[in-house]
Amino acid sequence: MAKKANTVSTNNDVIKSRSQFQEVFHRLLKNKGAVIGMIFLLVLVIIALISPLAFDYETQVIGQNMADRLQGPSAAHWFGTDEYGRDLFARIMWGSRYSLIIGFGAVTIGLVVGTILGAIAGFKGGIWDQLIMRFIDIFYSIPNIMIAVVIVSVLGTSTVNLVIALSFSAATGFCRVVRAAVMTVRDQEYVESSYAMGLPTWKIIAKHILPNCLSPIIVQYTLQVGTTIISASSLSFLGIGVPAPAPEWGALLSGGRSRMRDASYLCVLPGLAILFTVLALNLLGDGLRDALDPKLKK
Amino acid sequence: MIKYIVKRLLQLIPVIIVTSFLIYWAMNLTSGDPALLIAGDKATPEMLEQIREEMGLNDPFLVRYGRYMLGMIQGDMGESYITGKDVFQTFMETLPNTLMLGGAAVLIAVIIALPLGIYTAIHQSTWKDNVGMVFALFGTAMPNFWLGLMLILLFSLKLGWFPSGGKAGFSSVVLPAVTVGYGLAALIMRTTRSSMLDVIRQDYMTTARAKGCSERQVIFRHGLKNALIPIITAIGMQISMIMTGSVLAETVFSWPGIGRLVNDSIARRDNEMVTGAIIMCSICMCLINLVVDLVYAFFDPRIKAQYAKKG
Repeated sequence: MAKKANTVSTNNDVIKSRSQFQEVFHRLLKNKGAVIGMIFLLVLVIIALISPLAFDYETQVIGQNMADRLQGPSAAHWFGTDEYGRDLFARIMWGSRYSLIIGFGAVTIGLVVGTILGAIAGFKGGIWDQLIMRFIDIFYSIPNIMIAVVIVSVLGTSTVNLVIALSFSAATGFCRVVRAAVMTVRDQEYVESSYAMGLPTWKIIAKHILPNCLSPIIVQYTLQVGTTIISASSLSFLGIGVPAPAPEWGALLSGGRSRMRDASYLCVLPGLAILFTVLALNLLGDGLRDALDPKLKK
Repeated sequence: MIKYIVKRLLQLIPVIIVTSFLIYWAMNLTSGDPALLIAGDKATPEMLEQIREEMGLNDPFLVRYGRYMLGMIQGDMGESYITGKDVFQTFMETLPNTLMLGGAAVLIAVIIALPLGIYTAIHQSTWKDNVGMVFALFGTAMPNFWLGLMLILLFSLKLGWFPSGGKAGFSSVVLPAVTVGYGLAALIMRTTRSSMLDVIRQDYMTTARAKGCSERQVIFRHGLKNALIPIITAIGMQISMIMTGSVLAETVFSWPGIGRLVNDSIARRDNEMVTGAIIMCSICMCLINLVVDLVYAFFDPRIKAQYAKKG
């Protein structure tokens, strides 16, 4: 699909050839919101990568320093310090690693599992479809947070278990999206001809069907990462996510809650970090949806 | 129609059985030994064995699950080993509080989002539309427990307009309901806007104008009525989100509902209460989804006709 070339005439009437990827990227760059989202995420990834170089985890991020406790934002501590004297700026910077790893990790696992299940359900149909989709329906009848509560209760609280718990709800979303997308392309002639050529089913799904269902999957992935980051912080806020003293953003909010009266910045700033990250992902997701929508093609 | 309702209720039974089985099985893996909880640390192995035998804890898993489900049908889901409270009764006592919070959240969301969605659709691609879209964008990106904290900070601690927690009269519902309702409002607003944009260009709208209807009549009687189905669907699809939002808002505002019950029970490692509450929650969700399906029929006679055929 990506190799298919499109021809676009420019102002000078010079015929330029763009791959479909270039075409989509070009449209994406025209969307201001998506560009802001992309830049923010890029900065966030850089912060997540350099935070171990800038702050020592043992001493600056989780190490207590009671002499500096509850100091408001200042030149020495840009975001102030918490009740154990830990620098909030350092903790929020480090927290980006947790949010990004959990968000992208859980959604990637969900993507793999959901895509496999959705592709089988959509392509095979019949009893497979019934079995898989009824199973997915069951997960839809339990609130996501309750599924996570059950899984974390079974496996115990840790970052890895949180990722597993959140990947369940991500997988159900991907399964539905992929199934619907596969069903729309499975009867196309190129799929029939692959059959006629004697390709095995898995190869037809992997090489011919899934690449043609990529658009909804990419959009779902971007938006789901945002939702998952919120869910992860919600669970940490409830005390069943990332265990203390790790600086996950939801855990920071939970810790700052008891100090709302005298140190409100402890509650405001980690929440803004979550808000802007999810906002950036949603802007990018919406931009991708518009850029990938063939109806908008000129 | 009645036949259809009965059919849908019957379809719920296997879903409830499988869901409750999965939850019961998973929570069973986590349970510590209830006999140890009852007898305490100083119990002898013989005493523990006797308690296990009396309580049927030595029976195979499927037998225990069957007994649990039979009890549930009769409103008996056992007792919490930690607090000694009846699980079913405690759930039923807290359920109205959560329903009240969820209902208030939906009401606030609809009151804000419906007019805003219509307004932004009418003023498409203007600054008014952009402001509305920013409202929606923030609503979908904002963690609602954080919104709750910010509302407490502003309206309780700084301005003192509303209580910061607990359940005492009308004023105590406002902040939790806004907390749960904002995300929902964002979603309803977006759906209303796109749904109205779809119908606004339809021929029957032009016809209504040609007949001399006022703009208000055209929008509300001819436009909104036809745009309502996707909006109700959007609300119906978000039952899970409302439930999740309630769990968090109840924790933030110390609201005595299911969310706080589950959260407190997790903290106390009260597995019986957690298991019972989660199973009952999923049953409630199934029933609410059924009600939402039936509400569609009320608003759209075409769906009613389809139901009549199916029934």
